[in-house]
Amino acid sequence: MSAIPVEAEKKVTQPSDVVLDRAEALDLLYQMILIRRFEEKCAELYSAQKIRGFLHLYIGEEAVAVGIMKMLRPEDAVVATYREHGQALARGVPIGPVMAEMYGKQEGCSRGRGGSMHIFHKETRFYGGNAIVGGGLPLAVGFGLADQMRFDPHVTACFFGDGAVAEGEFHESMNLAVLWNLPVLFICENNLYGMGTALEYAESETDLAAKAASYRMEAESVDGMDILAVLKAAKRGVEWIRNGNGPYFIEACTYRFRAHSMFDAELYREKTEVETWKAQDPIERFSEMLREEGMMNDADLAAIEERVAREVAESVEFAEAGTWEPIEDLTRFVYSEPDPNRRV
Amino acid sequence: MTVNNVMTVEKPADQAVEMRTLTYREAVREAIREAMKRDERVFLMGEDVGHYGGCFAVSMGLLEEFGPARIRDTPLSESVFTGAGIGAALGGMLPIVEIMTVNFSLLAADQIINTAATLLHMSGGLFNVPVVIRMATGGGKQLAAQHSHALEGWYAHIPGIKVVVPATLEDARGMLWPALMDPDPVLIFEYSTLYNMKGELPVEPVAVDIDKAVVRRPGQDVSILTYGACLFKALKAAEELAEDGIDAEVVDLRVLRPLDDETIMRSLRKTHRAVIVDEGWRSGGISAEIATRIMEQGFYELDAPVARVCGVEVPMPYAKHLEDEALPQPHEIVAAVRETLG
Ligand SMILES: Cc1ncc(C[n+]2csc(CCOP(=O)(O)OP(=O)(O)O)c2C)c(N)n1
Ligand SMILES: [Mg+2]
Repeated sequence: MSAIPVEAEKKVTQPSDVVLDRAEALDLLYQMILIRRFEEKCAELYSAQKIRGFLHLYIGEEAVAVGIMKMLRPEDAVVATYREHGQALARGVPIGPVMAEMYGKQEGCSRGRGGSMHIFHKETRFYGGNAIVGGGLPLAVGFGLADQMRFDPHVTACFFGDGAVAEGEFHESMNLAVLWNLPVLFICENNLYGMGTALEYAESETDLAAKAASYRMEAESVDGMDILAVLKAAKRGVEWIRNGNGPYFIEACTYRFRAHSMFDAELYREKTEVETWKAQDPIERFSEMLREEGMMNDADLAAIEERVAREVAESVEFAEAGTWEPIEDLTRFVYSEPDPNRRV
Repeated sequence: MTVNNVMTVEKPADQAVEMRTLTYREAVREAIREAMKRDERVFLMGEDVGHYGGCFAVSMGLLEEFGPARIRDTPLSESVFTGAGIGAALGGMLPIVEIMTVNFSLLAADQIINTAATLLHMSGGLFNVPVVIRMATGGGKQLAAQHSHALEGWYAHIPGIKVVVPATLEDARGMLWPALMDPDPVLIFEYSTLYNMKGELPVEPVAVDIDKAVVRRPGQDVSILTYGACLFKALKAAEELAEDGIDAEVVDLRVLRPLDDETIMRSLRKTHRAVIVDEGWRSGGISAEIATRIMEQGFYELDAPVARVCGVEVPMPYAKHLEDEALPQPHEIVAAVRETLG
């Protein structure tokens, strides 16, 4: 039996209904389109060698980040991976500094020290940007622990891929989060591949929600290409956690439309498979739905695209106008600098 | 052997050696292919070595050639597949474990340091571990603080493992086989910035050792001791120095554990000055160890203090100008040599 008997207190949560008004619905669509166009621009800028290093695109998976973030509060925390532009934008990290970060400029949200894989932002409690697969999970467990010990009613949303499920960190984190009843929302973005290794070559049990459930984790699997399904799952999860029931696990079934990174020849998957998944494009599916519901017309969509185009262009201008950090500053941020206002 | 092993590839004078051009990446691939063909116990396992073709495309085509039993894609589980390589080696196989980069090897550090390195000793000499673990190392590709470090010097701290760093094409192709034939664990570090380097190699494999340092450029005035990607920066620096009439000897250490003291001291006895260059962080790095050995074994040979050009002590930044500054550069080597010469 676990040290903290949680089972008896667990409350039954009913499937949550999500009601969106028109403005909210259009805002979600806007966010997904913003991520899409931003990353299309990033790919272009990579070819132009403005962005270097590794660049992992989220294109195709936008509904997951946007759906989850919608259910978080500003005080909540987010932990993400190296494929985190979508999470950053959906969380509200300002787009200009995100782009400047990819340029390596000091106006970037991590001062150009991190690049595409290491986006951080204090105001939105966005804790990166971890490029060690599975590395973010123990950190999220720790945020949950701090919240529990401080009686802070926060949720920590922890994003990771299907590949991370094979790492020891996943298993150790599932176990500890449930054992200690910690307020963490785990979101596994199952896009069927860890780099070029398909799920069936990596997992003896490919039902990832079942894996989490084997730790007595409350777990469910949703269609990650359907933002409404993600919203509902996120709502259930967040309510479950805020009611004191401990962690919650969501497997979001999704697909990346682009290569793993800019160096990937994609030898491991068929073009037809990619096409099949593109037919499930989360942006198109949601747009269709909104049209059918009479919530959106062509003019609305055009207005969104126009706004997005402007914001993406402005982010590029911001990054271009950015400056290089002086070389003399190289060894800053290895240790904390003296700060009279800091309270440890 | 001629002037301190100047050449690893010794061409017999009486017959023309057939040469061909290939990249460092292809040289490593050739080494794996040759080993697989030579001994059925050899197999390769690691993340994305099969269907993807290797994260640095080293193993491209090997899955098709040797099949999934011998080219094994593993889950993202550095600890278990490295540990399984150790176990399989104990069990009679000759595994080549590939870890994508040295940063990720930290997830397997327990298996490497607490098991591979200790088993022979803990068992009182009963069980040796003939595993080979390859991984990429080093910065220079703007991959920031979780993908760019050079930790081989840190692994060289560990008794029980051997640490080799092929810098040239011949070593990239030649070091794998002796590593596999070694009864103990061998870690092979491949500098990721070298994979695209092109050069000529004999068509027929030439045996190389994994014991000796090698003089890559003989000289009289100063010994530049280095290895890996820094070897080429040192050679470049030596060229620049030569224009000013300074004749630098460049020693490729090749093996960081056990260090080849003899070659280092022989060079020092000739030049009486040493500059050590490595990408690792300065404090407690391999250069500190080499400098100390020079103090211990060659102090009275020295005409000047030993100098070091190391990586700046900062996690690797992404921005190019900062990364360049964090890594040793030829101009810094030139400056260090000049200072040593007074
Ligand atoms: C510990 C570790 N091992 C290997 C890698 C190299 N790597 C980066 S991303 C990746 C695939 C991860 O797949 P998944 O978790 O499914 O996330 P996805 O990229 O599909 O979003 C690999 C192998 C790494 N960054 N960290
Ligand atoms: Mg994946």
